[in-house]
Amino acid sequence: MSKTIIELKHVSKVYGDTVVLKDINIEIEEGKFYTLLGPSGSGKTTILRAIAGFLDPSQGDVLFNGKRINEMPANERPVNTVFQDYALFPHMNVFENVAYGLRIRKTAKKDIEERVANALKMVRLNGFADREISELSGGQQQRVAIARAIVLEPAVLLLDEPLSALDAKLRKDMQYELRELQQRLGITFLFVTHDQEEALALSDEIFVMNDGEVQQSGTPVDIYDEPINHFVADFIGESNIVAGHMIQDYLVEFNGKTFECADAGMRPHESVEVVLRPEDLDLVAPDAGKVTVKVDTQLFRGDYYEIVAYDQLNNEWLIHSTNPAKDGENVGVTFDAEDIHVMRLNETEEDFDARLESYEGE
Amino acid sequence: MKKSSTNVAFYVPYVLWLALFVIAPLVLIIYQSFFDINGHFTLSNYATYFSSGTYILMTFNSVFYAFVITVVTLAISYPTAYLLHYTKHKQLWILLIILPTWINLLLKAYAFIGIFSQNGGINTFLSMVGIGPKQFLFTDAAFIFVASYIEIPFMILPIFNGIEELNESFVNASRDLGAKWWQTFTKVIWPLTISGVKAGVQAVFIPSLSLFMLTRLIGGNRVITLGTAIEEHFLVTMNWGMGSTIGVVLIVAMFIIMFLTGERKKKRGRRA
Repeated sequence: MSKTIIELKHVSKVYGDTVVLKDINIEIEEGKFYTLLGPSGSGKTTILRAIAGFLDPSQGDVLFNGKRINEMPANERPVNTVFQDYALFPHMNVFENVAYGLRIRKTAKKDIEERVANALKMVRLNGFADREISELSGGQQQRVAIARAIVLEPAVLLLDEPLSALDAKLRKDMQYELRELQQRLGITFLFVTHDQEEALALSDEIFVMNDGEVQQSGTPVDIYDEPINHFVADFIGESNIVAGHMIQDYLVEFNGKTFECADAGMRPHESVEVVLRPEDLDLVAPDAGKVTVKVDTQLFRGDYYEIVAYDQLNNEWLIHSTNPAKDGENVGVTFDAEDIHVMRLNETEEDFDARLESYEGE
Repeated sequence: MKKSSTNVAFYVPYVLWLALFVIAPLVLIIYQSFFDINGHFTLSNYATYFSSGTYILMTFNSVFYAFVITVVTLAISYPTAYLLHYTKHKQLWILLIILPTWINLLLKAYAFIGIFSQNGGINTFLSMVGIGPKQFLFTDAAFIFVASYIEIPFMILPIFNGIEELNESFVNASRDLGAKWWQTFTKVIWPLTISGVKAGVQAVFIPSLSLFMLTRLIGGNRVITLGTAIEEHFLVTMNWGMGSTIGVVLIVAMFIIMFLTGERKKKRGRRA
């Protein structure tokens, strides 16, 4: 296990009557790529600001290498931030922007030149040192912002939605570059985004946030395959969420039928929610399916068809299929026991993890 | 066709204004400066101006006092504007700062005569605490105090606007990169608000060059600035030529200040 460098313990933040963060407990380990993922207003940027030192938590401790740093001013913290709007100083050129932190540290002139050149090379901007900020494109500014932060070799790099202002193509390219950069530098990245695809693609570990709380944390695969609750299932990827009952371990009832599943540890006849990912659903002949649905609309998405269909109980089903269906046609939908994921209502992350452990270890 | 003629019509008031109240007076004052008191064309006014110790001293006085007034107002205004930026209800505070400018300059000057005079508020108070009446009126300090008081709103407003436009994330970025408050101020906040400061300096320094009523009412005519000299030449000695010459000098001085504080084209950082 690697070393924990940043830890938030029972951190909360209250503005007047508004609770922005509720009892946040987070551990950040050395050298990993972390993502805080959540809709806007979920408190993810607030966490970043608390770590950077721009905001005092109302309660709780921010620890760095086990030492409390709540009172340490932002300029002394061993973390650097890439701001959402980049915040590049408009009165300085690229070189001066990147050199800023080094000059503050009174680094020798020769070292500055060398380290700035290195940092610019790292973000593939060699030869741009003499440019003015206003002459750069959005993607280039973004890289200068990253260079300005990594040149100081921080223990943790905080990135506040750094890709949100870029167009789709550039964003994809930058995702690859960020991931590669993080692996090359070995610096811990704490990345804030509302884009779930971005989070899944980049992260070693994701904290899914909503309403000032961490809903679930884990690897992208864990969170995608085993969302803890309705919010996470709905926010991460696309999903069909149906109400049902747990008959017994490994047997769940929904849509008036009983299905085998891979989940256990609930009380018998407990009310649950069932998640089925659209890409796990296969279209078959109406009588061969586990559920029969009527196709309502379909959209061609390039690599698949997105089909919206309704069953007899008028539940909506979202299906991703490589083959098209016909509008208005009745089709069967089939899925395997492992494709079903059962969620208890109001389960805490702790209980959830414990329950998973109790039967997955078998 | 019709559209372009309406466009032209929109320019008429502005062009008329410019021609009648800016260009014509400028031309007249320059023309006038080449005539002596007897109406003969001459360059002697300029010769007198630049060879006479009195005028050079007056010029120096004007520039010096304008400089002091500008420095005093700037020293008060920058921190004020900076604090205002972080105050709640800042629009109200700004209104309170603007308010005194709506009152006539002479009224304010007379109010200060009342405050500073031997029987004025300050001296009454000083007598009560036993320090006794002191001479305030007709001192240089009183002149600079009142002139600064009058000019302060014109300095605060452009600086305040400059600070308001400053993106807070530049300040955060600077702190994030390790800069202490003072380093952030000198390296980021000041350079990025300097245009507001320049506008304020223009708005204060240039009018201060030709202040003349205050020099008499508050300064007691002990400070003779170019403004006073112009007034004297036009109203007392009737030497319009000389008055105009000083006017031309003032106008040239204004252009120099405008040039020095103006936005110059940014030097290109890229080497060819």
